[in-house]
Amino acid sequence: MSTATATHAHDAHHGHPSGILRWLTTTNHKDIGTMYLTFALIMFFVGGLMILVVRAELFEPGLQLVQPEFFNQLIGVHALVMIFAALMPAATGFANWQIPLMIGAPDMALPRLNNWGFWLLPPAATLLTLPFVLALFGIGEGAIATGWTFYAPLSVQGGIGVDFAIFAVHILGISSIMGSINIIVTIFNMRAPGMTMMKLPLFAWGWLITAFLLIATIPVLAGAVTMLLTDRHFGTHFFDAAGGGDPILFQHLFWFFGHPEVYILLLPVWGLIPHVMSTFSRKPIYGYKAQVYGFWAIGALSVVVWAHHFFTAGMPVPALLYFMYSTMLISLPLAVLFFCWIATMWRGAMTFETPMLFALGFIVLFGIAGLTGLVLADVAADAQYHHSYFVVAHFHYALFAGGIMGVMTGVYYWLPKWTGHMYDEKLGKLHFWLTAISFNLTFIPQFFLGLAGMPRRIPDYALQFSEFNAISTVGAFILGFSQLIFAWNVWKTVRGGKKATDKVWEGASGLEWELPSPPPYHSWETQPVLK
Amino acid sequence: MRNRNANLHGNSGSASARDDWKIDDLEEEATLNAPPITIPGVGRWLAGLLLLVPAFAARADYSWNFPTPVTPIARDTLKIHNEFMIIITVLFVVVFAIMVYSMIKHRKSGGAKPAEFTGPKSRLQWFWVLVPFAILLFIDFVLMGIPAFHAVLDMEDTKTKADMVLKVTGMQWKWQYEYPDSGIKFISTMSTPREQINNEAAKGENYLLEVDNEVVLPVGKKVRVLLTATDVIHTWWVPQFGVKRDAIPGFLRETWVKIEQPGVYRGQCAELCGKDHGFMPVVVRAVPEPEYVAWVDKKKVELAAAAAGADKTWTKDELVAKGKEVYEKQCAVCHQANGQGLPPAFPALTGSKMVNGPLFSADGKLIPDSHVDRVLNGKAGTAMQAFKNTLGDVDLAAVITYERNALGNAKGDMIQPGQVKSLR
Repeated sequence: MSTATATHAHDAHHGHPSGILRWLTTTNHKDIGTMYLTFALIMFFVGGLMILVVRAELFEPGLQLVQPEFFNQLIGVHALVMIFAALMPAATGFANWQIPLMIGAPDMALPRLNNWGFWLLPPAATLLTLPFVLALFGIGEGAIATGWTFYAPLSVQGGIGVDFAIFAVHILGISSIMGSINIIVTIFNMRAPGMTMMKLPLFAWGWLITAFLLIATIPVLAGAVTMLLTDRHFGTHFFDAAGGGDPILFQHLFWFFGHPEVYILLLPVWGLIPHVMSTFSRKPIYGYKAQVYGFWAIGALSVVVWAHHFFTAGMPVPALLYFMYSTMLISLPLAVLFFCWIATMWRGAMTFETPMLFALGFIVLFGIAGLTGLVLADVAADAQYHHSYFVVAHFHYALFAGGIMGVMTGVYYWLPKWTGHMYDEKLGKLHFWLTAISFNLTFIPQFFLGLAGMPRRIPDYALQFSEFNAISTVGAFILGFSQLIFAWNVWKTVRGGKKATDKVWEGASGLEWELPSPPPYHSWETQPVLK
Repeated sequence: MRNRNANLHGNSGSASARDDWKIDDLEEEATLNAPPITIPGVGRWLAGLLLLVPAFAARADYSWNFPTPVTPIARDTLKIHNEFMIIITVLFVVVFAIMVYSMIKHRKSGGAKPAEFTGPKSRLQWFWVLVPFAILLFIDFVLMGIPAFHAVLDMEDTKTKADMVLKVTGMQWKWQYEYPDSGIKFISTMSTPREQINNEAAKGENYLLEVDNEVVLPVGKKVRVLLTATDVIHTWWVPQFGVKRDAIPGFLRETWVKIEQPGVYRGQCAELCGKDHGFMPVVVRAVPEPEYVAWVDKKKVELAAAAAGADKTWTKDELVAKGKEVYEKQCAVCHQANGQGLPPAFPALTGSKMVNGPLFSADGKLIPDSHVDRVLNGKAGTAMQAFKNTLGDVDLAAVITYERNALGNAKGDMIQPGQVKSLR
């Protein structure tokens, strides 16, 4: 295997522009990765701020801070921002930084496309949030108020915020598809000699499946929102029964994208977790092949289970049964992943640095998401859970504990490699414990709210829901403010700190750890050879 | 916030005994023991934290689980839910006990030396690796799959042995109920006053879960519920019935309930349907058969009286007085009580060109996009619905007359119920 001597630093050789132009014109995978991650972090706080307003309103019964119209805008834009502008860009940032380092490639295969893919994001985020600002000047009714799901005919009825959101989703979709093409081409063509597909790091495998899912489903979403746009402005009736259309058609199209989207957000994390488990258990990854096949199985199943998101819309009994049983089937490949993660720890020699804490926290809390998902698959019980806070709690266990905490695992794990500095371990641990505890404080009460019968997306509630809502709001504020520790810790690490070694972690293995920390601007110019 | 015992339960008496916690009391304690806090609401936040322990310990069943079931479906659902919760709790505990054991036993600081294995090798190891998945398959498709199968079939069996039909129509932001057998039809809107929502008055026991016209259903009869909507998708949900079904504009969906105990059951719309989604409760009063029959007779007489009103000639003052009532129930949510609306989504009626335009064309016909046309036929693609489907002739004539002669408008003209009838 080649070593780090194969690379050399020549940051300034080609007369790179500096300052803002450097970032605007860069085609370097590390620069673009950094921009993706920075953008994701900023939008994470934007989306978080929105939901803190919502939680503050829900602290007690009655309307105190916001009116229902604005409330409805906040919940929908919160979700769109968190999914499309925080979690997805964070995962793409990881891919940009890590995939070339991990597979021994000098850069991404399509660097200019890569630049374009990133620079589409800020305009899209602006489109999403601009209607809030326009409303202040008396233009339009504000942002999209339909929830992130765009359900017709409510979205046909909505104001200009819906149009803005449609265009934002189109742009975000184009960006995602470009990123996906780039990742697929890179993985297929630029692996180091000797790195067969079955030696590909699991992180790259997870992303590869994600990329295929994105290419398969984003066009369906784009089609659905375009049909919505023509229903709104060009007199078509795709979703209007009076013109021969069907509102439920929209839900089918939306969730054909929406369900795989869950795995799009999670597969990169599932790819990352085994690396972390292996590193901190000082033991090779258990069941590599099983995990790869698990990824494929989940990817394939994810596109055939979509209708479990709207069992209450009413469908024929055979359809109900099919979607119920196919959904339950997903628990099998997921169980394979859990089994392998725990088997990787088993009889290792564990230490519990921050990335390991986040990975373990991820496994436990994501386990709750998986198990509640299993009961949600049951059509009869789903009639009670659906549209209630039970579902809200469930998908936050999947997307916050699964998605966001997974991303934090990756940041703490790779940050020393990227910056060349060790992060502050004490702050990292504080951040973990505050996050894990306040997350549960926020969302455990929401399970009970849902069981007791509180519907989601309501700005005010009956009195028997008061206590749990108060607790949940307190939790949400602690959770929100704890993330400032994270931002501060990252900032400190970027600026300086204890020098990180090339290998960073005692038990780390893989090509990226053979490069210096931080790796030079251009790495793996001579590809390493795997024996 | 005194009455904290509002609930989704029919038997509010039994529910209220369980819940004696008052945030106010705790807040007082919290602020007494703490240094004086000047930021308003901080005490309440502290109370939220303090409530953690006692609230978890003191609350009885309804906070922790589904409310008491009163239909066969709800009972079945609760049973399945309880079984599933036990199954997943056991799974959770077993899996994570193994994980925690490993975290304690296999730590570097405890002197553990890492093993090297990456997968099963021997037949025996393969056997132990595959066992958990066999168990999971069994749980998924036998333990959970079989009861779920029967519950689904039962839930969807709307047609056999139905004793009566109730048609539910969702609209922004109220429910219309129709009894096709007896011709009864009425609208049910939330009756909680705005002052309570805006914290200007103490919140009542059934805050947000009370309506002007309750749906009355007989106990022990299988009621086939047909659902549809006029504008956007709504969802009819009464937790104690175990039934939640979408009401979709332009389509009929169905479900069924067979209520086993008399009582008042409360629920609400569960699908985001716009501005007042949080304010369209469902209230069902279940009564014994004879009482139900009496209610039907009474309702029929009321409807006949209303229909008779359509044939008489009303004075303008009568119409305006009646119109105010209708307006405040049906129109004020969007156009506001003073007629100023919430532009741009909900236009003002005060000084509106449309409201101050002519009532009819010269030959007494409906003018397209006129005031009368808009009230009767609504505007497609907006929350303005076709009120001719939901309101009677008297109500329509009254509200149109009211809008033209109040809310800052002084058009001076009027429309008779009989004229509305002829325009339908």
